[in-house]
Amino acid sequence: MSIAEVFHKARTEDRALLVGCMPAGFPTVDDSIASMIAMHEAGCDVIEVELPYSDPVMDGPVIQKASDIALSRGVRSRDTLRIIEAVAGAGATVVLMTYWNPIEKYGVNAFARDLAAAGATGMITPDLIPDEAAEWIAAADEHRLDRTFLVSPSSTDERIAMTVAQCRGFVYATALMGVTGARTSVSSQAPELVDRVRHANPDMPVGVGLGVGTGAQAAEVAGFADGVIVGSALIRCVLEAPDRATGLSRLRTLSAELAEGVRNPAK
Amino acid sequence: MSAPALPDLSGHFGRYGGRFVPEALVRALDELDAAYRSAKTDPQFQAQFAGLLKNYAGTPSLLYRAERLSERLGAEILLKREDLNHTGAHKVRNVLGQALLAKRMGKPRVIAETGAGQHGVASATAAALLDLECVVYMGETDTERQALNVARMRMLGATVVPVTNGSRTLKDALNEALRDWVASVDTTHYLLGTAAGPHPFPEIVRDFVGGIGVEARAQCLEQLGRLPDAVAACVGGGSNAIGIFHAFVPDESVQLYGFEAGGDGVATGRHAASITGGSSGVLHGARTYVLQDEDGQTVESHSISAGLDYPGVGPEHAWLHDTGRAEYEPVTDDEAMAAFHLLCRTEGIIPAIESAHALAGAARIAPLLKAELGRTPTIVVNLSGRGDKDVHTAGAYFGILDQVEALVPGENA
Repeated sequence: MSIAEVFHKARTEDRALLVGCMPAGFPTVDDSIASMIAMHEAGCDVIEVELPYSDPVMDGPVIQKASDIALSRGVRSRDTLRIIEAVAGAGATVVLMTYWNPIEKYGVNAFARDLAAAGATGMITPDLIPDEAAEWIAAADEHRLDRTFLVSPSSTDERIAMTVAQCRGFVYATALMGVTGARTSVSSQAPELVDRVRHANPDMPVGVGLGVGTGAQAAEVAGFADGVIVGSALIRCVLEAPDRATGLSRLRTLSAELAEGVRNPAK
Repeated sequence: MSAPALPDLSGHFGRYGGRFVPEALVRALDELDAAYRSAKTDPQFQAQFAGLLKNYAGTPSLLYRAERLSERLGAEILLKREDLNHTGAHKVRNVLGQALLAKRMGKPRVIAETGAGQHGVASATAAALLDLECVVYMGETDTERQALNVARMRMLGATVVPVTNGSRTLKDALNEALRDWVASVDTTHYLLGTAAGPHPFPEIVRDFVGGIGVEARAQCLEQLGRLPDAVAACVGGGSNAIGIFHAFVPDESVQLYGFEAGGDGVATGRHAASITGGSSGVLHGARTYVLQDEDGQTVESHSISAGLDYPGVGPEHAWLHDTGRAEYEPVTDDEAMAAFHLLCRTEGIIPAIESAHALAGAARIAPLLKAELGRTPTIVVNLSGRGDKDVHTAGAYFGILDQVEALVPGENA
């Protein structure tokens, strides 16, 4: 299913969509595939595969650590593509989240071609703003991939309008000024940011990420956004588990809790 | 030269530079850009900056004709004595400029990244002078290697945060500073330490340290009645080099040489030569030359000089390299240390190991320039910093610490 279709389906069910994030190759290629499929089966509507990068400036300690583990075990960009193929092959809707340099090094058009062939629907680019994205925008058009850029509470209205106009599929609203990682409460800046995006384009689905880690928080965000994006809390299930089976079981439990949350949006 | 001023309005030097940053930082970068544009044309700001440079930092720094070294190298060597500035390096120019800018923007807090601790010490110095809160991110590996600089920063009132993720060195300190900034932009200015990073940092830092070249050019005209044949500087992130190059870029008769840290030799893979041993990529907010593997993952750099030990380089150097206006060559650890030794013994000046790379490069190009010009060449070398901070490293390299230890037991414990 395309991202647009998944968002549409969630809207018809009067709920938000759940996006679960996991770094590729963490802690191994096979384990990450198993984790992502477990998340998919337990209720994540979209699997966000993060390509591990040596210098992830938008990420907090949990994703940094998971990425470091994956890289130290030698995960390669082509492994990420292989993982996407396996997870999409299992029926999940998959988007890639990646810092820019690995894509530039691979070759932007070649990567877009291979990403589309692997079955991903698009790409989220945390350190690529539309101002620098001409090559990616052209490649995404050629290979029919969705483009998700980020908007932030600090973005001006002009930049939100410009960014949303370059997005396809959905826009990623960072709920707070900071890096990834679960927080004890949902940022008060998030609802206002979502409103500002809707003002720019009422039809563009908005996913909200940064700081969401529990079913209650997912329900809260589902009350004002189209999608709830969860990363660090899910990754911690695996990072802190004593063994693989426990990690998978915790992942399923949390995914189910979050899926329940997005089905009971706070009014 | 009638070339257009660079960077362009969007911060590009040809295909290099730009802004590869999270959207959350764009507004802060735009505000910084606007504040800088207005400061640039504000006589009051410029007078304040010039006053601090003159009365506090001790510039203009001398352009010193190094007679004995010149004799040894077969070239007329003029040393731009940035090592005599307050805090012992060119970096004081940048931190004073940026700290004044932070004040102007009403930001009470500055953050900085540091490798060996020189930029951290300089930032802490400017913050103390201008009454700003200062937090310095430093890789844990470096806090251990450079404990004295950690103490200096703390004495000056700064908070030093050891960074324990990634490779625990400068690049990770920079990542952590960016993460802090994403969460604190309202109150915080990121006092970036070199002419790299997202626009407008490469331009701002270049302009703040650009006095080095302006002074050197005027001093050449005054002392020699002509321009030099070449200007040599070491290049890590590249601030001292761009600082001395910039004023000479339009002077086509002046050859510009940047000497990168070749470590054990570029062929060994253990080096920090981003231009001569790296490739085009995106790191820390800009497109430039970086040390990276086949997948675009940053590769750790190696150099005996902590200040050059960085896997990227400022984007303007990438552009000067591609256009051929400046030449970049690697200098190995051993070559740099030989030049370090030579300057100590011929001139009684202990240089920073960073600056010793520029000296080694000057020694290399001297006979080539002589052959090319058919006369003794004149080379300005940017002596970007003093070597006090490197005494331990150099002492270990030359095997003289044991002797000191024998004379004064416990002195180096």
